[in-house]
Amino acid sequence: MESLQKKEKTAVLQGNEACSQGALYAGCRFFAGYPITPSTEIIEMMSGAMQAAGGHFIQMEDEIGSACAIIGARWGGVKSMTATSGPGYTLMQESIGYAAVTETPIVIVDVQRGGPSTGQPTLSSQQDIYQARYGSHGDYEIIVLAPSSVQEMYDFTIKAFELAERFRTPVILLSDEEIGHMREKVVLQPGTENIHEGKKKYVVSPQADFFQGAWTTVEGQLHDDEGKRIGHLPQKSGDFIENICSKITDHIDEISSVRTYQMEDADIAVLAYGSVARPAMNAINLARGIKDDRGATPFRFLKEIKKRGVGEALRTDYSKLKVGLIKVNSVWPFPDEQIREAAKNCSLVIVPEMNIGKYSREVERCLGGQGTKVVSMSKCGGDLHTPNEILDRILEEVKVDE
Amino acid sequence: MNDLYAKYIKKEALPTLFCPGCGNGIVQYAAIEAFEKLGIRNDTACVSGIGCSSWIPCYFKMDVMHTTHGRAIAFAEGLKIAQPDKNIVVFSGDGDCLAIGGNHLLHACARNIDITVIMINNMIYGMTGGQKSPATPTGAKTHTSPYGAADVPMKGSELAMTIGASYVARWTTAHPVQLEKAIEEGIKHKGFSFIEVLSQCPVQAGKNVFKEKDPVKIMEMFKEQTYVWHEGDPEQPGKTKIGLLKKDDDAIEYIDRVNNVLRENGIER
Repeated sequence: MESLQKKEKTAVLQGNEACSQGALYAGCRFFAGYPITPSTEIIEMMSGAMQAAGGHFIQMEDEIGSACAIIGARWGGVKSMTATSGPGYTLMQESIGYAAVTETPIVIVDVQRGGPSTGQPTLSSQQDIYQARYGSHGDYEIIVLAPSSVQEMYDFTIKAFELAERFRTPVILLSDEEIGHMREKVVLQPGTENIHEGKKKYVVSPQADFFQGAWTTVEGQLHDDEGKRIGHLPQKSGDFIENICSKITDHIDEISSVRTYQMEDADIAVLAYGSVARPAMNAINLARGIKDDRGATPFRFLKEIKKRGVGEALRTDYSKLKVGLIKVNSVWPFPDEQIREAAKNCSLVIVPEMNIGKYSREVERCLGGQGTKVVSMSKCGGDLHTPNEILDRILEEVKVDE
Repeated sequence: MNDLYAKYIKKEALPTLFCPGCGNGIVQYAAIEAFEKLGIRNDTACVSGIGCSSWIPCYFKMDVMHTTHGRAIAFAEGLKIAQPDKNIVVFSGDGDCLAIGGNHLLHACARNIDITVIMINNMIYGMTGGQKSPATPTGAKTHTSPYGAADVPMKGSELAMTIGASYVARWTTAHPVQLEKAIEEGIKHKGFSFIEVLSQCPVQAGKNVFKEKDPVKIMEMFKEQTYVWHEGDPEQPGKTKIGLLKKDDDAIEYIDRVNNVLRENGIER
């Protein structure tokens, strides 16, 4: 892997490779990690890339140590990252809390696999969606980005570094095995971005890197702006928690990214994130009769004829289905406003996800108040939803509604 | 207040969390004396974990990272690799370093990475109120060994020596001058330095572990129950050897080793 290319370039890469390239472009120069399927390609690429680019790499004794080491390195003034999957991500929760309370900008990539425990090392899932938000003990807010393509794996890795520095917080890139191992075209930027954020007013912890003569105290107990402990003082401690949460919730407009597709006239929406947004988009295309290059629509029609008979299939008028896609890129903090706005004309929102239906609860909380019916379409086991499964569910729900 | 103490200690953070008679103050002073003599205050960061002794650096007017339980060495390694020219000193207790942090200690020793770990061994979990630690003597009654500890205590220094630390010394709080010199040497030594300090905890360990509550008497016991060992000296059974236990200047340090490998591959740093 060449370290830094001179000009913009198009390549076909695996998601995990694109992530490494994104980190390199974002100025990441320290990587500590521990091999784990299906994220291993990231540590493999970063081992060579970091050292060739004048940065640093260490293979730690476990994921606990990896997360600690990147925090240590960041206080040494070097942008840093680690990557893991479910079991390793669980081990990192302790340090994610530490990074949240000390307001340390770090990036952690979780290439999700099926759980619980050792679970399904080689198959995909979205089961860590809550762990990404609530994994560490105590109260904190965190930023979590979910890529749906190799290009997004690259772009969101860069975005993760930008957001981490801007809000001085750990940022989680919540990918999954599908995206991590998929090969796609990706446009890579030349050179390195020099992300530099000055002192932030909304950050309540000491911010100066070590060895600047600032005598910074980094303290895991709740602390004041000089790092002095305040954990024994209820009022100050309450304010502290409020502060580290509001620095994120107050800037939700800057952080949130929600994309819509075919939503202009839609009264039914499929809301998806991560890899499931891909079959969801294809399902919208099928429903809308939008032809794609792979001949899926005629094929679908033939299948319909086989399944329902010619008469029934002809009577299924897809053109009346006003279906659109709401794709959530920044899954946490939950983008309430953007989702409400996107779904404001919808009576029905279907939420397909590769877990027992976790994110749909948040969607229901968000949209239930405006009378929108939220339907969870959960799927565990490691296979993505197929476009037809999602389309069938849309048809099923529409019939029920009628 | 002593001039050196005034120079290094945050007055606004006083009083310390330490109980009267605690050994942590002695280690604290030995450390700042070593920093001052070496003139490395602004090129040194202190990292600590959780426990009484991990509060030692939190009063320093220096760059300090007070981290999570057992993880100080892992944080320190990241910091050291990011800033290879700086000195990193870790303060840790016997529980922090040998129990929950044992894996990080093993691997840092094996790497021979250039950080200095000062392990304050008071043979008890003090902050949580007197429970058995990995260094608690067999038979000692604590709040989690009410019938007497069944385990054989772990020997931190011997462990560190065996697994690859290239500088290992053990002193006690009754040897503050030697301790200060060891910290100086440990920081100057290029490689993993492990300095164990036997320390008194008169409050939580006193009666049951040391059979003595008076800190001065515990320190006198430290003198009686230890002997200063020199290379080639015979072992004295029943006593703990203290002094410089290992110094291997030929062992190549981790970051140097990494750079050597890179250089062989045409990558100059």
